[in-house]
Amino acid sequence: MYKTNKLLKIFVIGFLIFLYAPALLLPIFSFNSSQVISFPLSGFSTKWFGQLLNEDTLHDALLNSLIIAVLSSALATMLGTLTARAASRYKFFGQKVTMGFILLPLILPEIILGVCLLTVLIQLGLNLSLWTVVLGHTLLILPFATLILLSAFNNLNISLEEASLDLGMNAWQTFYKIILPMVTPGLISSLLIGFVISLDEFIIAFFLTGVDPTLPVYIWSQLRFPAKLPSTMALGTILLIVSLILVSFFEYYRRRIEKYSQALTRGK
Amino acid sequence: MKATNEDLGHAIVSLNNIKKSFNDIVAVNDVSVQIREGEFFSLLGPSGCGKTTLLRIIAGFESPETGDILINDKLVNSTPPNIRPTNMVFQNYAIFPHLNVQENVGYGLQNTKLTSKSIKNKVDEILDMVGLSGFNFRSSSALSGGQKQRVALARALILKPRVLLLDEPLSALDKNLREQMQFELRQLQKSIGITFILVTHDQTEALTMSDRIGVMFDGIVDQVATPEDIYTKPATKRVASFIGNMNFFRSNILSSTAESVRVESDLLGVLDIDKVNIFGGSKAKVSIGIRPEKFKFKKPNGDKKVKSLAGKLIQKTFLGENLLFSLDVGKKADKVYISLTPSGEGAYPKVGENVTVYYSLNDLLAYFEV
Repeated sequence: MYKTNKLLKIFVIGFLIFLYAPALLLPIFSFNSSQVISFPLSGFSTKWFGQLLNEDTLHDALLNSLIIAVLSSALATMLGTLTARAASRYKFFGQKVTMGFILLPLILPEIILGVCLLTVLIQLGLNLSLWTVVLGHTLLILPFATLILLSAFNNLNISLEEASLDLGMNAWQTFYKIILPMVTPGLISSLLIGFVISLDEFIIAFFLTGVDPTLPVYIWSQLRFPAKLPSTMALGTILLIVSLILVSFFEYYRRRIEKYSQALTRGK
Repeated sequence: MKATNEDLGHAIVSLNNIKKSFNDIVAVNDVSVQIREGEFFSLLGPSGCGKTTLLRIIAGFESPETGDILINDKLVNSTPPNIRPTNMVFQNYAIFPHLNVQENVGYGLQNTKLTSKSIKNKVDEILDMVGLSGFNFRSSSALSGGQKQRVALARALILKPRVLLLDEPLSALDKNLREQMQFELRQLQKSIGITFILVTHDQTEALTMSDRIGVMFDGIVDQVATPEDIYTKPATKRVASFIGNMNFFRSNILSSTAESVRVESDLLGVLDIDKVNIFGGSKAKVSIGIRPEKFKFKKPNGDKKVKSLAGKLIQKTFLGENLLFSLDVGKKADKVYISLTPSGEGAYPKVGENVTVYYSLNDLLAYFEV
């Protein structure tokens, strides 16, 4: 081990405080009894959480968000699976360009993506609805899903599939006995990360949703009313915890992918 | 299933004029080989010679462009691997990482009508055979390289294939384990009588384990013969230089009779070489080859065909079981290598000394220059 440098230690601690202090304010103020968001704290209270239970528009927004997150992460994972399989197994004309276009939304500013999608949808004469948000989110999540699944499929050594065929299984049996179990950690991480991205996404949802707000759009609309701020913070706390749990699961499954690839190469 | 003496001559795998290329590169070029039932056959050659492609054609992972492949007298050109009576041990073993040893070994039996109890019994039996009794519920990631190799072997053998294909199965193991596995594989093959086809680039492996060896270069099988014949009567110059060491001397043909050919080389002088020791077509130039261990420092008594060669010892290399001397025989040739097995009596010439070495005409092999 290297001797730890004191300055580096201070830097790391300062960095972590800068990164996470704002997020820590959310739970602190959501349990504060005062309506005004300022120090000193006036007392412990759970009433803001209680208020959330009675907000019908919030419940509708939450339901909308969940529907969109489930559908778009599932859709993007399906498309990502096909893309990753094709990219890892076959060489075809225009492969690099195609992959580049699929990954483009990663670097495209969301506001540009939102405006473009809105223009196209209106030109096509489609009504804005939850479905249009699902389409937008699928497009946004697809690069993430593709990258995660690409690493899962690249770790799937072709000799495993050949071994299964060689041992008497047909292509379909090989798919559900070998390929599917091997890429399942990748599928689950893709679903989880897609779900979290869609749940948090604001700009595209804001552009593409019609009359039904998603959760982030609802939160944004509530910020105009100072009286709603503490309960919005309580909502934020819940979202933070849910996201943390989902990302932890994501990390767990991502490590499973690595474990499989190590199992193949170790012991030589 | 068990090979008997009567059907030793029966070809279990028959490759007839097999050709296969990838893009513009010809991997297998018009190969015809018959592999006998119950034999241990090795495909030996440098990397990229097409030996693995040939094995994959037998397994069914590649299909030949032209030519026919018969397994057990049945044309299998378009039979997929899962239907062929062959099983393969892959170079990286291809152990399914999400399954344990029991599930890996019993994998191919899931497709049969066997009950899970009889699958369990068969797995136990085969694990016992490969020396992994009690490993049933070991996770596949907790296996060492040698253990993975045994699992791969058990997984293939449990299906009782007519032919077991092994793609460089020992190349990832360290030297001691490799030698032990060579011995065990050979024993196993003899006791169960299944035909083994081994692909390897390691000549020692091929020489020690095989009944017959096919030596491949650039997609062409140069020679198919027993290990002894491959070593003592290599059919082409490249087989001669690939297997063991060989000194070559460029020579011209002077005349030829029914029994022998008279050649002249700068270093060896004029020699008569038996026709049985001459390989290849009939051009004016030949390469004369002689193995390093055929040279002697002492003149053998009573052999009328003894010739000598003088030079200066320039290097002595200790190789464990033998000593390799390099002899400088003049400006016109590369070094001549002489190999001796130390007898413990000492008294070898020292580096720098001028020595005369002796060889017999019977030990010379000649190859026409292509």
